[in-house]
Amino acid sequence: MRTAVERFDEGARARFGAHARTIVHEDELLRHPVYTRVLHWSVAGFFILALLSGFAIYTPWLYRWLTPIFGGGPTTRLLHPWFSLGFVLCFVFQLLNWLQPMSWTGDDTRWMRRIRDYVANADRREPDYVDFFNGGQKIYFWAIVGSALLFLISGVPMWFPTTFGRSMVSIAYVLHDIAALVMLVGFVVHIYEGTAAVPGTFQSMTRGTVEKRWAWTHHPAWYQRATGRDPRVDYEAAVQRHAGRPATDDRSSRA
Amino acid sequence: MPSGTLQIRQISGHSGSVPGAGVQREDQICKYIDVTTCIGCKACEVACVEWNDMPFQQTTFDNTYQTMPSTSWNFWNLIKFNEHPREDGTLQWLMRKDQCMHCEDPGCLRACPADGAIVQYTNGIVDFQQENCIGCQYCVAGCPFDIPKFNALTKKVYKCTLCSDRVGQGLEPACIKACPTGCLKFGTKLDMKGLAESRARQLREQSGFANAGVYDPASIGGTHVIYVLHDATKPELYGGLPSNPQIPAAFTLWKRFAKPIALLLGLFAAPVAFFHYVMEGPREPQPPDRPSREVPR
Repeated sequence: MRTAVERFDEGARARFGAHARTIVHEDELLRHPVYTRVLHWSVAGFFILALLSGFAIYTPWLYRWLTPIFGGGPTTRLLHPWFSLGFVLCFVFQLLNWLQPMSWTGDDTRWMRRIRDYVANADRREPDYVDFFNGGQKIYFWAIVGSALLFLISGVPMWFPTTFGRSMVSIAYVLHDIAALVMLVGFVVHIYEGTAAVPGTFQSMTRGTVEKRWAWTHHPAWYQRATGRDPRVDYEAAVQRHAGRPATDDRSSRA
Repeated sequence: MPSGTLQIRQISGHSGSVPGAGVQREDQICKYIDVTTCIGCKACEVACVEWNDMPFQQTTFDNTYQTMPSTSWNFWNLIKFNEHPREDGTLQWLMRKDQCMHCEDPGCLRACPADGAIVQYTNGIVDFQQENCIGCQYCVAGCPFDIPKFNALTKKVYKCTLCSDRVGQGLEPACIKACPTGCLKFGTKLDMKGLAESRARQLREQSGFANAGVYDPASIGGTHVIYVLHDATKPELYGGLPSNPQIPAAFTLWKRFAKPIALLLGLFAAPVAFFHYVMEGPREPQPPDRPSREVPR
């Protein structure tokens, strides 16, 4: 089973790669191939549409703000389940694509134990064991998987209420909201971490590359696998190079 | 559509106050249905279809007198026929005019997320405004009486209006006007309740129906359609009239209180993230572009 998924993913990456490219500069590493990026932004697009159309109906306090975006209440209601199906469909492929790098390991449990230090920016670099994704990213990913599943299971009775009946719909109504709130909080944190909080991350999902510096700082174990070099040694060499340069020169000597 | 003479008390999915609320006082109106004198003639069914100008549809014949299994989007008034075998072996033929009960606390209005799709007038009528309906059918789940019906073509929900267009002009509902036996009456809630109580007392004291009583369920604050039943302890016998109708907590506690609070808590993630950035700063790749030092302020 696992191998079939891997074969599918590799084939998909190759097919997308045949029609697109990623430019990797000398001081950069390829982080997300074209296939991953296209999936990510397809998921994101459908997610935002489903989120806005869903929150329009979520509470009267948002109804008049958000329904005009979709051409009024009836079209908002009509489109919402289709946006959601688009989201679920794209996300299934992302799930297959990331099944392996997102699987939970003992290192992630170790990482979670020091989450306070992570939030407080206590360490300049991540611990050496942090691989392609850290524990927080994996928690977000699996929270989205869980809430998407909850969304789907509760969304079907709400879409076809006559088939499922009154009590099923009223239970589904609450579960759907809980899934929405989990996703909303995760989404806000995700956007923050992917843009302002960790500079250089956003580009990994647009151009597909990250600076080597970024890789040994945030994902040292992945840096080691990708380059075959010791992240600590390379980091310290870069510090030495920086120590020797004039204080005003900030561009010429990137690692 | 309502007429200008009807004042609005409650609006579904509405943020803020109700325009004109409390400006004008109106009598609470009520439809009185005495099932003990109903002969099942269906004049009210015809009057309803006629007045509301609804196209008639093909129906299902199930070897009973009932016109169709349940009310539908274009058939709001249905006499339900039920054969009830009594303990002494005799048969009781129960007929109940089924339609919207116009609850004092309407589950449909509570559940509705669309601003202005359901309104309650100060006289107690609960009315659907199809131009604002979004077709989500939450009202179907909110209603304890299985009354709102969805039209898949127009993607709107319909139900009995208690002839708000007639009542607004000082007329009685069409079904009341058509009733030949006088088992249907229309007036103020106070008058109809009094009439129903005295009829129930008559049934108990003079007609041998020891359990006769009035159906005006307190669990939803009473209804603006009340029944006189031979046996008020078993309303379920009359085609599934619930003895204790309830609005699901999803549309009361959850929708009114938990949802907005949970949303605010969820959105709180945004200022937390923002102030995290302000206080802790970005997590830059190391070593940073420019020589830097940290200061504790």
